Amino acid sequence: MTLMISYLFLQHYWWIIVSLLASLLVFLMFVQGGQSLIFSLPESDLHTTMIINALGRKWEFTFTTLVTFGGAFFASFPLFYATSFGGAYWLWIAILFSFIIQAVAYEFRSKPKNVFGRRTFDTFLFINGSLGPFLIGTAVATFFTGSQFILNEMNQVKWLTSWYGLEALMNVRNLALGFAVLLLSRINSLLYIINTINDQTLNDRSRKRLIVNSVFFLVFFLFFLISLVFSTGFAADPSTGAITLVKHKYLLNFIQMPVVLAMCLAGVVGVLYGIGITVLRKSTKGIWFTGTGTVLAVFSLLLVAGFNGTSFYPSASDLESSLTIHNASSSRFTLTVMMYISFIIPFVFAYIWYAWKSINNSKINVDEMKSEEHKY
Amino acid sequence: MTMIENVDLTLVGWSRAQFALTAAYHWLFVPLTLGLSFILAIMETIYVRTGKEEWKRLTRFWMTLFGINFAIGVATGIILEFEFGTNWSNYSWFVGDIFGAPLAVEGILAFFLESTFVAVMFFGWNKVSKKFHLISTWLVAIGANLSALWILVANAWMQNPIGMVFNPETARNEMVDFWAVLFNQVAIDKFLHAISSGFLLASMFVLGISSWFLIRKREELLAKRSILIAGVFGFLSSLLIAYTGDSSARTLSKVQPVKFASMEALYQGKNNAGLVAMGFLKDSDKKIEEEVIKDFVFKIELPGFLSILTGGDKTGYVPGIIDHVSGNKEKEILSVSEKINRGQYARNVLKDYKSARTAGDKEQVEKIKAVFQDKVFRENYFRYFGYAFVDNPGDVIPNVPVAFYSFHLMVMLGFFFILLFAMAVYFLFRGTISKKKWFLWIALLSIPLPYIAGELGWVLTEMGRQPWIIQDLMPVSAAVSQISSGTVITTFILFAVLFTALLISEISIMVKQIKTGPKQ
Ligand code: HDD
Ligand code: HEM
Ligand code: HEM
Repeated sequence: MTLMISYLFLQHYWWIIVSLLASLLVFLMFVQGGQSLIFSLPESDLHTTMIINALGRKWEFTFTTLVTFGGAFFASFPLFYATSFGGAYWLWIAILFSFIIQAVAYEFRSKPKNVFGRRTFDTFLFINGSLGPFLIGTAVATFFTGSQFILNEMNQVKWLTSWYGLEALMNVRNLALGFAVLLLSRINSLLYIINTINDQTLNDRSRKRLIVNSVFFLVFFLFFLISLVFSTGFAADPSTGAITLVKHKYLLNFIQMPVVLAMCLAGVVGVLYGIGITVLRKSTKGIWFTGTGTVLAVFSLLLVAGFNGTSFYPSASDLESSLTIHNASSSRFTLTVMMYISFIIPFVFAYIWYAWKSINNSKINVDEMKSEEHKY
Repeated sequence: MTMIENVDLTLVGWSRAQFALTAAYHWLFVPLTLGLSFILAIMETIYVRTGKEEWKRLTRFWMTLFGINFAIGVATGIILEFEFGTNWSNYSWFVGDIFGAPLAVEGILAFFLESTFVAVMFFGWNKVSKKFHLISTWLVAIGANLSALWILVANAWMQNPIGMVFNPETARNEMVDFWAVLFNQVAIDKFLHAISSGFLLASMFVLGISSWFLIRKREELLAKRSILIAGVFGFLSSLLIAYTGDSSARTLSKVQPVKFASMEALYQGKNNAGLVAMGFLKDSDKKIEEEVIKDFVFKIELPGFLSILTGGDKTGYVPGIIDHVSGNKEKEILSVSEKINRGQYARNVLKDYKSARTAGDKEQVEKIKAVFQDKVFRENYFRYFGYAFVDNPGDVIPNVPVAFYSFHLMVMLGFFFILLFAMAVYFLFRGTISKKKWFLWIALLSIPLPYIAGELGWVLTEMGRQPWIIQDLMPVSAAVSQISSGTVITTFILFAVLFTALLISEISIMVKQIKTGPKQ
């Protein structure tokens, strides 16, 4: 390692990687969004089976992205991992619980003698589908609204509420982002269903649902975005690391990082365009636009949370304990090693794309469901 | 300095219990994934080579069972990863710079490989070429075993922390040598031993279930073919496991000597030390530092073997627990009280650093910083940092009967498996296996035994290193997240209920699928 890469660069690099994983995760949570619809969207058992199989071929991927996101966050910003998980215990445990019950549900639901019956496993899917995205959205909102903790001189966390993270649910802005993420994942899932399942009735029903979900999504999302732009943010002084409250901090971040602002706007436009062509032109390609838009919008929000001298995990109780990408990161050596490892990521994407293409060459329809041997 | 304000022992106890519970559940499913994936790959290779449909049927039958087990392995894995943060947050910061990296690499390199090609394996039969399908099956096996590699590297580092330097500024250990972490001797031993235990367990699983088909006189051809693969694979793994277990023990005698002495229940060190093949322990009336010494009621011993194993010849001195606690000048072993002194010295240097920091004394800060880089300080003082938290020297002794019995039972089972697989291969080649009802029953009833052996292995590894979460650097009591113990008790109960329910469901589905047999 003769090349000396600056510590500052590495910290930014890893914040980008982590944010990218998180935004991909939000998009891939279309699996969860679809699960939240399984009791209401389908008209018949056959529809349910088709929806579950369409989602079931992707659930592992979303799950693995979540796991990798966790691992990468731990490795690059361990102080966040220690502080947030060790303090907001209940919030994270609730999220995890909802993913544990998902992981078995697909494989077990229609197997004979599964003890608890199909209905139970479908309920597991529903719980994961509704709670997962909602709670993840709420947790991410605390990146902007702050939490109540202090760190001692050994950097050990003490959480100041006995709700251990559940207090995040008492904040309207957190809730707004939670609902926005849930509704967005439902929108993405409806577009995914329209794209992969070849069934007229189901597609018509999905289009109707799309309109309702989009309206509510816009309400919650715009509320969050507007309140964000007007809110006071947690700024970190680049030379001393001191944290101060700055009016309109996040608005300033958008203005001072025009590329990020452009990404955010492009994201929002992409989301709306995908919905638009699906509803108005009966296109089946909406998922590509809305999906890309989702990734861009979430990505830009996370960059606003961490870049430009901002604390990405602020403590509302003790400003000094707030985490920034500088004080929470791994050592320069570790970040360098991991950067080399991260060069493999494009290769990983390449084989995933290749493998998927080779097994998804036809759409799911009634005939395929009857002939497929490995069915959920 | 308030390193840990006041240790809440109930909290530590429940946090440990919760981690042990979730890890033990994870390990119920992981080894089958590790081994069965290779067995599937071998079977499918034969199918592609010979083109015979019966091999395909066979592969698909075992693949169904693989899928059921895989799902629940994934469900139990995610919780472990996040528990480092939720329950051991102080630990996560203290060593996150080193420990996090293997977890991240695991996600990037191994889990994606596994989950992508699992999809091809299940859904690709009629969609991709035979060759691509076969490659996918092999990649699943490789991916699964790669994920084992990274997590075991992380675990091995906790047993034998190397490749890092403590940074007083951030109050944590920072990695300086990635290859040292990766090629840690403990990691190599652990990886080979743990994956071979997976190979063995899966072979036993296939052998046992196939035996049941033979007993029932169903699917006899398929059952015999399965026994052929499982018998040979299992026999080789059982040899490998004894070999890697032995080298694990040798490494232990160097890096975790107290664990090593405890698993042999060797209190008084000696030359020409014998290896206890089996024995029973009871409380004696002697004590060492408040801890009651255990005596053998009875033992079968191979004279001189322990000295030969650790030192190369009979005259070698094997230190016992007493040597490690009270010290042994002649053998240059420090006593625990001396280590406590040195640990406290290191901690005081850290306190001085923090005070100099607060006072803004730049010169002093730089001076102390240099001390932490100093080799002598690191190797003689900082390496005992964790001892500063130890109150009584006796606290560094793990539970000796637990270490002793778990080790000896595991080893006895290990030798039993060698015999069992040798017999399976022998009867199969003689063509008499279907007639040996008694043997088929033994094989069927032995299915739980590798599960027991594997869990015992982890109990030895983890309980045998108490009180340390990181050997000599951090005791578990200092690692725990400061949350209320009621919270942890609640989640413990939730996990226990949920995992048990899922386990019951899984076993029931498996049994049903086995009884149904391979599809036509
Ligand atoms: C990557 C690290 C790692 C891995 C792979 C495992 N463990 Fe572990 N285990 C720990 C890391 C750890 C730990 C975080 O370090 C704990 C928590 C407290 C402690 O002493 O060690 C622990 C504690 C712990 C305890 C409690 C020890 C005690 O209270 O005395 C038991 C019984 C186990 N584990 C058992 C297992 C089993 C059966 C595993 C098999 C899957 C396993 N561990 C895998
Ligand atoms: C504390 C330690 C451990 C953690 C944090 C952990 C974490 C995980 C996670 C998060 C998953 C799900 C991955 C997915 O999304 O597919 C998983 C699955 C898996 N883990 Fe672990 N794991 C641990 C111990 C082990 C050990 C000791 C081994 C093997 C030696 C192992 C081998 C596997 C394998 C093969 C899988 C694939 C799925 C299956 O279990 O069937 N893990 N683990
Ligand atoms: C044949 C004789 C065997 C010997 C001499 C042996 C030896 C050992 C030793 C010394 C350890 C502790 C390593 C440590 O603390 O770092 C260990 C751990 C372990 N053993 Fe064995 N073992 C044997 C058989 C088996 C069998 C049959 C199984 C399961 C089928 C098994 C599964 C395990 C597992 C899963 C661990 C924990 C992982 C590890 O630390 O490597 N062992 N074994």
